[in-house]
Amino acid sequence: MDGVTLWSVIGAGVAGLTIASELVSRGAKVQVFDPGGPPGAHGCSWWAGGMLAPWCEYENAEEPVLRLGQGALDWWGTRTVVHRCGTLVVANSRDLPDLRRFSRRTHGFKDVDQPEIAELEPDLMGFPKGLFFSNEAHLDPRRALLDLYQQLQSEGVVFHQKLAPSGLKNTIDCRGLHARETLHDLRGVKGEMLVIRCPDVTLTRPVRLLHPRMPLYIVPRGNGVYMLGATMIESEDSSRITARSMLELLSAAYALNPAFGEAEVLEIGVDLRPAFPDNLPRIRRRGHVIYANGLYRHGYLLAPALAQGVADLALENKHSEMVDEDRA
Amino acid sequence: MKTFYGTKLPNPLMLGTAQYPSPAMLEKAFRESRAGVATVSLRRESGAGQTFWQMIRDLGVLVLPNTAGCHTVKEAVTTAHMAREVFDTKWIKLELIGHTDSLQPDVFQLVEAARILTDDGFQVFPYTTDDLVVAERLFGAGCEVLMPWGAPIGSGRGLNNEYALRAMRAEFADVPLVIDAGIGLPSHAAHAMELGYDAVLLNTAVARAGDPVAMARAMMLAIEAGQLAHEADPIEARDMAEPSTPVIGKAFLS
Repeated sequence: MDGVTLWSVIGAGVAGLTIASELVSRGAKVQVFDPGGPPGAHGCSWWAGGMLAPWCEYENAEEPVLRLGQGALDWWGTRTVVHRCGTLVVANSRDLPDLRRFSRRTHGFKDVDQPEIAELEPDLMGFPKGLFFSNEAHLDPRRALLDLYQQLQSEGVVFHQKLAPSGLKNTIDCRGLHARETLHDLRGVKGEMLVIRCPDVTLTRPVRLLHPRMPLYIVPRGNGVYMLGATMIESEDSSRITARSMLELLSAAYALNPAFGEAEVLEIGVDLRPAFPDNLPRIRRRGHVIYANGLYRHGYLLAPALAQGVADLALENKHSEMVDEDRA
Repeated sequence: MKTFYGTKLPNPLMLGTAQYPSPAMLEKAFRESRAGVATVSLRRESGAGQTFWQMIRDLGVLVLPNTAGCHTVKEAVTTAHMAREVFDTKWIKLELIGHTDSLQPDVFQLVEAARILTDDGFQVFPYTTDDLVVAERLFGAGCEVLMPWGAPIGSGRGLNNEYALRAMRAEFADVPLVIDAGIGLPSHAAHAMELGYDAVLLNTAVARAGDPVAMARAMMLAIEAGQLAHEADPIEARDMAEPSTPVIGKAFLS
């Protein structure tokens, strides 16, 4: 090994790949293990929205999400295509209290009225008021994972399609919910999403529709394809979507523009987000293993900060705020 | 304080467990609120919310499972049975929604489900309106506690019909009555206690506040204040000033 430490990353989801990429960018030698093979439908990051929206998320998250999330735009921007078109948040007239509440709980937006909404997104009709977060962005999570995968391969990182052998040294465990047997305070939070195709509607940026019971976001994937998401249910049953969730997601899309009623449903996704009790990610070192986990609904938003925290610990023995246990 | 099916509450606050930014925040809010009862919804978290349910059990307070989101007697009864297994309690907060937008209780189905569940050994806490006739029917169905609404769920409008809630309190002086739903501010919760209600159930007002932990404490203080005030026999409101210092010897008659 020429005296160079070989780091073994276990898990090729968004956490594992961002960590591998960060380590390689700092000159480390890395290999990746994932029995599921290249990024795909087996990992929960395949089903993400891909919104880089720290100001919107701050509405219902703790301060680190806003601060740590802001670096994600530039981190991803050097590795995949990032669409910097902002986020539009709207509510129906009857739900304007929810819009006012949302605006009080965060910042980084401009109030927009009906003509301004129509200028941003001509296909959004009938919303009297909205909030425009111009500094936010989105990416296609599947493309982002595959871009990282290919870059890492071209940089000499070997991917092993198998379980990591036991007794490996210098391991970084990014197995998400599969690490629950060792990370006992990890839980799964069910998320359900749909991918639909509706060329009749053109939206250029993520739109969030506030609603007291069924909030929705819709993320354009290009070519008339949209991702609708996502439910947040304290359940650990990821077997399938419920009729209720599907009904709510589609009703909310229909409320945005009735033309969504004619959309084709391309995919239905259900998975469990790994989360710690405060819904913030954690880095823990136990012996030769560094655990990086708990990205919750902030996979793409917080993975770069998590990766930097892991690299700081692994390579420089520096403790970022995400490290809550170190028993090296 | 009255007992709820023989159980004395440590504190008249019942706090819901939905919609918090995180379970950690939920736990902090509970500690700060000193709530004696946690309500938990089974329907949306059905199947396998084991980790979440364990967190609720670990709060160390009485658990009142509910049938939130149920629209039919059959759904509500099934959910109640599931709740009894998961939380090992006979208590069930019976919620039967009759109207999608106002989430107003369907009182006809409520009475029917209450009877079925009572016959099956449950101790039913029905979420009802402020209608006295419905209240009588619920007693007839075996309920020994009533939970009339202050205002629609999550609306934060406070006590919408004070007259009706006063009438209910006066009519059923010996029955434990809980204001359930509609509380937005500590003053609303204090108001309910001042009217002589035995407890207040709230969720959204705390969970969706900017600082849920601070709001939990504010609600606790307000409920305590309202309860103390009720017990202290407040003065009657009147139209004219009543001097608080003696007026004899002063030229108050002109």
